[in-house]
Amino acid sequence: MAKYTININDENQEVEASEKTHLLWIVREQLGLMGTKYSCGIGACGACTVHIDGKSTRSCITPITAVIDGQKITTIEGLSSDSSHPVQKAWVEAQVPQCGYCQSGQIMHAAGLLNQNPSPSKEEIVKYMSANLCRCGTYMRIAKAVEMAAGTDS
Amino acid sequence: MHTKTKQDKSVNSRRSFLKNSGGVALLIGGAGILPQIVSCKNESEIINAVNENGVSAWVQLTKEGLITIFSPATEMGQGSMTALPIIFAEEMDADWDKVSVEFAPQDADLYGRDLKWKGRSMMTFGSTGVMSYYSILRQAGAQARYILLSSAAKRWDVDIKNLTTGPSKIIHKESNREMSYGEVVSFLEIPSNIPTIPDDQLKDPKDFRLIGSVTPRTDIPYKVNGTAQFAMDLKLPDMLYGSINRGRLHGAKPTLKNEGKIKEMPGVVGVYDIGYGIGIVTESVTEGFMARHFLEIDWSKSDASGFNSADAFDTYDKVLEDGKSGKEMHNEGDVKLARESAANTYVFDYKNDYIYHGQQEPLNAVARVAEDGASAEVWIGTQNGVDTAADIAGALGISVASVTVHQQYLGGGFGRRTLSDYGVEAALLAKEVAPRPVKLIWTREDDLQYGMYRPASLQRMEAFTDEDGNLTGFTHDVVGDGVRLIADGSDINGYKIPNHKVVMHIVPHGIRVKHWRAVGHGTNKFAIECMMDEIAAEQNTDPVEFRKKILEPKPLATLEKVATMANWGKSLPSGRARGVAFLERSRTFSSGICEISLDRSSGKIRVHHFWSAHDAGVVIQPDSVVAQMEGGIVMGLSSIFNEQITIVNGEAQQSNYNDYPIIRMHDLPETIETEILKTTTPPAGIGESSTPLVACAVANAFFAMTGKRLRHMPFTPARVLEALAS
Ligand code: FES
Ligand code: FES
Repeated sequence: MAKYTININDENQEVEASEKTHLLWIVREQLGLMGTKYSCGIGACGACTVHIDGKSTRSCITPITAVIDGQKITTIEGLSSDSSHPVQKAWVEAQVPQCGYCQSGQIMHAAGLLNQNPSPSKEEIVKYMSANLCRCGTYMRIAKAVEMAAGTDS
Repeated sequence: MHTKTKQDKSVNSRRSFLKNSGGVALLIGGAGILPQIVSCKNESEIINAVNENGVSAWVQLTKEGLITIFSPATEMGQGSMTALPIIFAEEMDADWDKVSVEFAPQDADLYGRDLKWKGRSMMTFGSTGVMSYYSILRQAGAQARYILLSSAAKRWDVDIKNLTTGPSKIIHKESNREMSYGEVVSFLEIPSNIPTIPDDQLKDPKDFRLIGSVTPRTDIPYKVNGTAQFAMDLKLPDMLYGSINRGRLHGAKPTLKNEGKIKEMPGVVGVYDIGYGIGIVTESVTEGFMARHFLEIDWSKSDASGFNSADAFDTYDKVLEDGKSGKEMHNEGDVKLARESAANTYVFDYKNDYIYHGQQEPLNAVARVAEDGASAEVWIGTQNGVDTAADIAGALGISVASVTVHQQYLGGGFGRRTLSDYGVEAALLAKEVAPRPVKLIWTREDDLQYGMYRPASLQRMEAFTDEDGNLTGFTHDVVGDGVRLIADGSDINGYKIPNHKVVMHIVPHGIRVKHWRAVGHGTNKFAIECMMDEIAAEQNTDPVEFRKKILEPKPLATLEKVATMANWGKSLPSGRARGVAFLERSRTFSSGICEISLDRSSGKIRVHHFWSAHDAGVVIQPDSVVAQMEGGIVMGLSSIFNEQITIVNGEAQQSNYNDYPIIRMHDLPETIETEILKTTTPPAGIGESSTPLVACAVANAFFAMTGKRLRHMPFTPARVLEALAS
């Protein structure tokens, strides 16, 4: 066990964990930020997606030691305080979620895409968002909502 | 409109769930018992009223006009938590903007409905939520409205007959007076005689404001900001974590060889043999996962030992060749006569491998057992909270009344979560460390390898046609693993085929099997609809025209609709082909058409367009249904192209999404178009309807393109290449 300071949603937080602990479990079980989900634990589904310095990252395979040098971690709770991020608004507008379990990860991944590419083409959206899995099959609406958020929908 | 997300605080038992918000609760009987009104301030009054009268509280109303409706079904993405309250609110004539929704407590006597095979139940399954609660909730909503009306009539001293309602208000036209529902609260009174509202006094469907309108789902705002609470998200004071190694051989028993060493590992609180697995309780999640790596366990043999799924179909074939008698599931007309008088007889085989649910939230539950062991609480996302409570009570040796189940959102169900196993496991571990709560987490590998699969099966069809090519009947033998699941969906509702017989042959392999979205429809409709297509092709008949001749009028409308949507029969660009399918599931009729292309060198089939049309009777939430149909088609595509559990010596060979690759966005069709027919028959169940359309439509399109048949799901590239070479 060691003590670390991490910057999460613009706050510094003291956490205690073994160095083998992945960021996901710190975020969820220590800090109680439950929007970030566990599903595969091997980096294959994207349910655990957070941003590290604005870049979409899988927290289930990110060791805690990789984020202790002042990197800015953002979880779904920090994306906006009132669901007002354009991606979140588009998600409601398009009625994307079904069970909802994958959706924090989808939203963070989509926001990560728009951070680096504010108006992606349909092909770029499909390519990028194919990293994230949705068992309920909400992909058609996800693609539409990303276009809505980017303002590229017709 | 909002949905409370912290059910653990607001709805924690039938004894206390009403007390929070003040106002009044209208307690309305499901079985003709008189309604009661109780103040929500007085908890004991509620308890007494509920206990004495066996009435259920469907709704709570405050002076401010805020309305809380209790929803009896699980919410796992299918939209029940919006659809069911809408039915109630429609008849109550509630202003939807003032409505919030909470899960009803898990109490089947109060919130259940009668199921033929089970009695009173709150189980959410088989697309039956709306269908089975429609009349109950309409009646309850209408009675709530009646109580409001009668109180207002008394207050104004007018005849109740001269009162009408608008959204959350009572109107007396003659005197030009209005009163909001909230205003009635202070003098609300139980009328001496509350009638059962006859059907003809319920709202005329043409006056529906909410049913059939596009209403945003109540749960979605919480699913875009991470606040929707799944059981996985509980964090209780002093909570420990549980993890169980159940081995890879279904049914094997463990002997732990290094208990001492495991107990000394960091964070380990205890190690427990639960009969079919070894559970570890730790202070943190990571410590549990770590400790598991070091478990040394000897596993016994089990019924699944030696079973290889690759050999199953030889076994199934032999069962049929040996002519062993099975269980007759359907027998209409006289197939013997149809066979004897047939001008042509056709025999076709179809097969399917095991597949896995893969709900995105791995199974989990949080349990707390009281220090004296006499009571327990469990937080769980379940399709069946009532039986979960009973099973936990049984496992702990305590009374059902002392077990409280707190329903949470489900991160997918698809049939896996009608069982209580994961709740019981959490409770057993929590008992060991009582009163500290335990969050039991199945890893994805646990969830997949100790999964319960849709069973493998073989379908053998023997079909008969007369001189004119009419399909006079067919026999359908289904052979496969595990109980009745394999024969589900082998009926042919919607078709006029006079002679039809289904025989089921069970060959147990010791593998855990379970309902999977649409259950046996996925496999049996694949067989039936491909058979139709093969006969049509033999006769040189268009497959849509072939089906038109043998469909009843109501289902036929869905086929005609989808043919119009897809512009069936138009000439296609080269390299494209189309296939069609029809089916009935939970009384919903569905037809689908897909358009595919094929990479002949790799064996990869691409679906470009999918059209479907459905008649589900009255539809409560059309947009939500469209979303379900879209998702169901995507899940169907995933299941027929990507998904396969193979078993070697009783052990599943796959472990996680890396080797069980659920479909991604890049493999989606360009368009999925869904139409819901506007009809007035009572609601049917629709949540699972589109999934089983996919296999048959795609296989039939493949035939149209290549003249070859895909007979074995999944249609992996290797199988596609094999079919092409045949
Ligand atoms: S849980 Fe991290 S990628 Fe699946
Ligand atoms: S909404 Fe259920 S997994 Fe995506």
